[in-house]
Amino acid sequence: MDQVQDIVSKDRAMLARFEERVQAGDAVEPRDWMPEAYRKHLIRQISQHAHSEVIGMQPEGNWITRAPSLRAKQILLAKIQDEGGHGLYLYSAAETLGITRTEMIGQLHTGKAKYSNIFNYPTLTWADIGAIGWLVDGAAIVNQVSLQRTSYAPYSRAMVRICKEESFHQRQGYEIMAKMMKGTAEQKEMAQDAMNRWWWPSLMMFGPHDSDSPHAADAFRWKIKRHTNDELRQKFIDKTVPQAELIGLTVPDPDLKWNDEKGGYDHGEINWDEFKQVINGNGPCNKQRLQHHKQVHDNGAWVREAAEAYKARTNNQSSN
Amino acid sequence: MTQQEALFKYILRLGDNALIHSHRLSEWCSNAPFLEEDLALTNLALDMIGRAQALLQYAGSVEGKGRTEDTLAYRRSERQYYNNLLVELPNTDFAYTIARLLFVSAFEKEYYAALQNSADSTLAAIAAKTLKEIKYHFAHAHDWVVRLGMGTEESKQRVQNAVNDWWMYTSELFEMDETDEQLVKDGIVPDLKALYPAWLQAVTDTLKAASLDVPVSGYMQTGSRKGIHTEHLGHLLSEMQYLQRAYPDAEW
Repeated sequence: MDQVQDIVSKDRAMLARFEERVQAGDAVEPRDWMPEAYRKHLIRQISQHAHSEVIGMQPEGNWITRAPSLRAKQILLAKIQDEGGHGLYLYSAAETLGITRTEMIGQLHTGKAKYSNIFNYPTLTWADIGAIGWLVDGAAIVNQVSLQRTSYAPYSRAMVRICKEESFHQRQGYEIMAKMMKGTAEQKEMAQDAMNRWWWPSLMMFGPHDSDSPHAADAFRWKIKRHTNDELRQKFIDKTVPQAELIGLTVPDPDLKWNDEKGGYDHGEINWDEFKQVINGNGPCNKQRLQHHKQVHDNGAWVREAAEAYKARTNNQSSN
Repeated sequence: MTQQEALFKYILRLGDNALIHSHRLSEWCSNAPFLEEDLALTNLALDMIGRAQALLQYAGSVEGKGRTEDTLAYRRSERQYYNNLLVELPNTDFAYTIARLLFVSAFEKEYYAALQNSADSTLAAIAAKTLKEIKYHFAHAHDWVVRLGMGTEESKQRVQNAVNDWWMYTSELFEMDETDEQLVKDGIVPDLKALYPAWLQAVTDTLKAASLDVPVSGYMQTGSRKGIHTEHLGHLLSEMQYLQRAYPDAEW
C-alpha cells in the first residue's frame, strides 16, 4: 500500500515538474519524462498531420498528368513531392513518441486516425490546384507558423522546416490564380468557381469554435497549442481577403465586411453541419481517398516484402 | 533533308523520350509501394521534365518557327512524336516500371556520355548535366532489380516477367535512320550501334547480380522513328494535352 502511494506521489511530483517546465517555455525532448496523456495527444495530432500531408497528395496528384505547361507540371510535381517529404518528417517525429509508421498507417486504415477534412473535397479543374496552393496551404501555414513554437521539440523542428516550403507552395497557388484572372473569360470563370468551392472548406480547416473543440484545454496547458482556432481563422481571413481583391476574385460570403473596431473582417456563419458530415465520413471523397490509400498500400505489399527479404538475406550474409 | 531539319527532328526524339518517360513516372505519385519510393520516382520524373524542357526549347530554336517547348509538347499529335515505344507503355506494375528504367537508363548512361562530345555545344552542355542525373537513375534501377530478383519468389517472378515482356522494345533504342546518319557524319550525335555492347553488358551484369535470366533476343518492335506508336501514346497525349487543346487561346 505504501509502495502504491509512493508511486502516485512520485508521479504527481513529476507531473508538477513537467508542467512547470512547459510553462516556463522549455522544449520537451523525446527522452524527457512526459505524462501519458501528453504523449497520446501528440501522437494523435502529429500522425493526423502526417496523414494529411500524404492523403493531400491525391487531390493534387489528380492534375499532374494534365498540368497545362511543362513549367506548371514541374512545379506541381515538386510541390507534391514536398508534401510527401513533410509526411516523412512528421511520421519520424511521431515515431519518437513510441509508435511505428506501420501502426500509424494501420490506424488510418481503420479510421482511428484522421486526416485533414479538406482533402475530402475533389479537384475538378486546374483552378482547383491554384485554390489548394493559395487557400489550403495558406490556411495550413497560419496554423503551422503557430506550431513552430509548440512544446514538443521534434514537432516544432519539423514545423520550422515545413513552414519554409509551405510559403513557396502558397505563392505557387496564388500565381496560378493570378494568371487565370488575367486570362480568358473561361479562365476567370474557372478561377472564381474554384474560389467559391474552396473558401468555406478552407475556413473549416481551423476546426470548430474553441468552445466546441474537444481537446483544447490540455493542448493549451501543455503549450502544444498556442492560439485558438478562431484566432487563427481570423488571421487567415484578414490576410487572404486583400489577396483575393487584388486579383479580382470575389470572396463568396455576402456577410464579409471590415470591422474597424476589431481591426479585422467579420464573416458569415460557417456551415458546421457540413463540417460534421464530412468529418463523419460523408464528404464527397472520404471513401475514395481512404480506399485509394489502402489499395496502393496493398498493391505495394509484395515490393515491401521483397525489400525486407533482401535486407534480411544480405544482413545474414554480412554476419556470416 | 537539310542539316537543320535533321537536327530538329533528332532533338525532338530526345525531348520526347524524356517527356513521355517522365509522364509515366509521374503517374506513380501517390501510387508507389511506400512513401520514400514515391518521392524517388517523382524525383526521376522531375529530372526528365527538366531535360524535356531544355531539349524541346532547343528544338524550337533550331526549327526557327517560333514554337516553344510547350507548343511542341502540347500541340503535336501522336504521329509527330518520336519517343521510343518502350517509354510510352503503361506502368503495369512496379516491376515493369523498374525493368524499363533499367533498360532506358543503361542506354542513356552510354548515350549521354557520348553526346557530351557533340560538335553542337548546346547538346554537349545538356548531355553533361543529364549524365549526372542518369547515373543516379541507373543506380536506382539496378538496386531495385537486384532487390526484386533476390527478394521473394513472387518478386523474382514479377521482375523476370517484366524483363522478358519488354525485351522486345529494347533494340529500338539503337535504331538509326537517315537523320542519325547525317548528324553522325558531322560529329553532332553518337553512333547508336556502337553503344549496344556496353548497354548489353550493363543490363546483363545487373540481371545476373539479381539471379535473373537474360532474355534471348527474338523479333523486335519498331516504328517510333517514323512516328508509328503503340495504342497507348494517343491516350497519354489526350490526357496530357487536354487543357491546351480545349482552351487554345489561354495562357497558363
